[in-house]
Amino acid sequence: MPKWITQVGCPYCGASCDDLEVLVSDDGKRVLETRNACAIGNEIFHHAQSPSRPKLPRMRQPDGSMKEVSYDEAIDYTAKTLLAAKKPLIYGFGSTNCEGMSAVARVAEKGGAVLDNCASICHGPSFLAIFDNGYPSCTLGEAKNRADVVVFWGCNPMHAHPRHTSRYSIFPRGTFTAKGQMTRTIICVDPRETDTAKLADHHLMVKQGHDYDLFDAFRTVLRGHDIPDEVAGIPKKTILDAAKVMKNARFVMIFFGMGCTHTDGRNHNVDIAISLTRDLNAHTKASIMAMRGHYNIAGPGQVWSWQFGFPYCIDLSKGTHAHMNPGETSSIDLAMRGEIDCFVNVGTDAGAHFPIRAVEQLKKHPFITVDPNICMASEISDLHIPVRVVGVEEPGVVYRMDNVPIQFKKVVDGPEGVPSDEELFDRVYERMCELTETEPIWLLAKDHAKAATNAEQ
Amino acid sequence: MAQITLKPTKVPELYLECYNITPDAFAGKSLMEIADLDAHEGKIKVKLGDYFDIAGQSGNTVEETAIKIEGDCSKVKYIGNKMTAGSITINGNADMYVGGWMKGGKIHVMGNVDSFCGIAMEGGEILVEGNAQNHVGCAYRGDWRGMRGGTIRIKGSAGNDIGTFMLGGTIIIEKDAFIHVSTHAEGGTVIIKGNVQGRVGGQMVKGDIYVLGSVQYMLPGFKKVGSVEQKIDGTEATFTHYVGDLGERHPKSKGKEVYANLYVLES
Ligand code: SF4
Repeated sequence: MPKWITQVGCPYCGASCDDLEVLVSDDGKRVLETRNACAIGNEIFHHAQSPSRPKLPRMRQPDGSMKEVSYDEAIDYTAKTLLAAKKPLIYGFGSTNCEGMSAVARVAEKGGAVLDNCASICHGPSFLAIFDNGYPSCTLGEAKNRADVVVFWGCNPMHAHPRHTSRYSIFPRGTFTAKGQMTRTIICVDPRETDTAKLADHHLMVKQGHDYDLFDAFRTVLRGHDIPDEVAGIPKKTILDAAKVMKNARFVMIFFGMGCTHTDGRNHNVDIAISLTRDLNAHTKASIMAMRGHYNIAGPGQVWSWQFGFPYCIDLSKGTHAHMNPGETSSIDLAMRGEIDCFVNVGTDAGAHFPIRAVEQLKKHPFITVDPNICMASEISDLHIPVRVVGVEEPGVVYRMDNVPIQFKKVVDGPEGVPSDEELFDRVYERMCELTETEPIWLLAKDHAKAATNAEQ
Repeated sequence: MAQITLKPTKVPELYLECYNITPDAFAGKSLMEIADLDAHEGKIKVKLGDYFDIAGQSGNTVEETAIKIEGDCSKVKYIGNKMTAGSITINGNADMYVGGWMKGGKIHVMGNVDSFCGIAMEGGEILVEGNAQNHVGCAYRGDWRGMRGGTIRIKGSAGNDIGTFMLGGTIIIEKDAFIHVSTHAEGGTVIIKGNVQGRVGGQMVKGDIYVLGSVQYMLPGFKKVGSVEQKIDGTEATFTHYVGDLGERHPKSKGKEVYANLYVLES
């Protein structure tokens, strides 16, 4: 009898839904059906079953073709390449678990690499703003139960986080928001009329690239000063009306996305959004949250901040300390400037996401991809190592966009012989230790911790 | 003043981090000892002597030590890092962090500099004949104490984030700047002699900005309060005086709020 597995986490977008139900075949090997997932969430479970999925690493040959090699060979190549490079870059982690992120951090430390994650081309500027200005945030549960005014600034959850609006932000009924959508006033700030903007009560069609000016206008109004007749393409009256809606709210929730972090000014757009949130707290309660893209892209920020003190763009090349300064140690800048001589792409697709000039620079040196599937990065790589799909074939801890950790399940067995990210990187680390004749201290520490946990249980 | 001359002998494959090219590190050292100072290319530790021919003589003290680099340093970071006195002249371009965390002395760059020139500077002088990239005289990430003293003069143009979180000192950009001037500043003076696109003085608490060209997009938080005659860096002119950022918090002095000042040349 096929069986339904409940409370399954969805390894796709930053909403990290954990209420999915998955029907699994008798032999526990195939996903037959899913419930509760949105269209993209459903797809990820079925995609994992694709018969064309690679089950062995593939290495580029002198004639340009790809040839299957053993995992031992792939691990040896990765270890040697990382050790030989003067400044390798290990980037990605949009789609893996915290266990994998922790394991890869030890490899990066051993290899004197720069360790970076997709935030670099996504919510990295939000980190910089948070360093500068703090983060008056809350959980999605609080947003659902309390927020009666919800602002979507430069983000479009209707497409990027399909169930965000139904689970947390517009439609759900909460403790103090018992009438769901009826209780909430929605403000959308976006230069385009997105599907989220269509749902909004107030759509402020800000002039592209002028979000900072509009934030400044709101702050100026909230402090009782006058503003010009038009700011960032928005008439003064519209700004005054929207400011009044926020001021009179019981709880304002501001969600922001790439429209803030990747237009001119970047971190400053988020920084001033945080200042606005703080200002609003003089009148009512207000909170702010980054719309993180992937289901566990908040993970590396948590794991690496604990390991190295920084969430991303971590230069470990000195071996004595970690150095972080985006603009210098950020993946795109490093690539564009030709500052690295080895690239490892893990659980993301730099081939599709990076500017073509950055990819061209990276391609001058060894290029390795670790990903369950064929993607643009895997196809231009010198070595592609497939791994298990987290959330489908591999359990693990993930951090939702509000930095709440969730234990994800596995629902089916992965292809035989294919390791998880954690297993793979632990083996790479072990091989690097062998090659450098050093002790694999982190593996010993891990065994020790596991033994202690087992003894407790 | 005793002078040491460094002549680049090869271009690094990646970038060189020469945190030891400072009068502080060179003072009182023989040429052999200077050649033996550490630098980094990625994770590889190298010696200054691997990349430069070193000649001349160092001074007995930091104050008496002048360094002259005869050649291009487009791939050399951290020149003049944390220096306290003496001087450095670069006959060419330099990469990131020129005069970063500098406390005293002088740096003269004949060419262009990359980003983070004068980051978290506390004193001394930086003069760049060419252009600068982003983050001139800005704070280190997350530090609310930006540039505290000294002078940076860029004879060309500069990018974004000039004087972020600035507390004191002077930055002069003789040509154009892009966006974000004195963001979050609580002191200091920035003079832009060309045009700025916008975001001048955003979240600024205290301090002064002079723009001798135009500001394409004024922030709504700045209010015109009058017009003043002033002599600024050799130019005597009439400026429109704005105060702001009215959206930001401001300290009070004698019961009155103290604002940051923005002076824009009257056309
Ligand atoms: S909204 Fe996101 S996390 Fe939820 S089911 Fe859809 S893709 Fe998965």
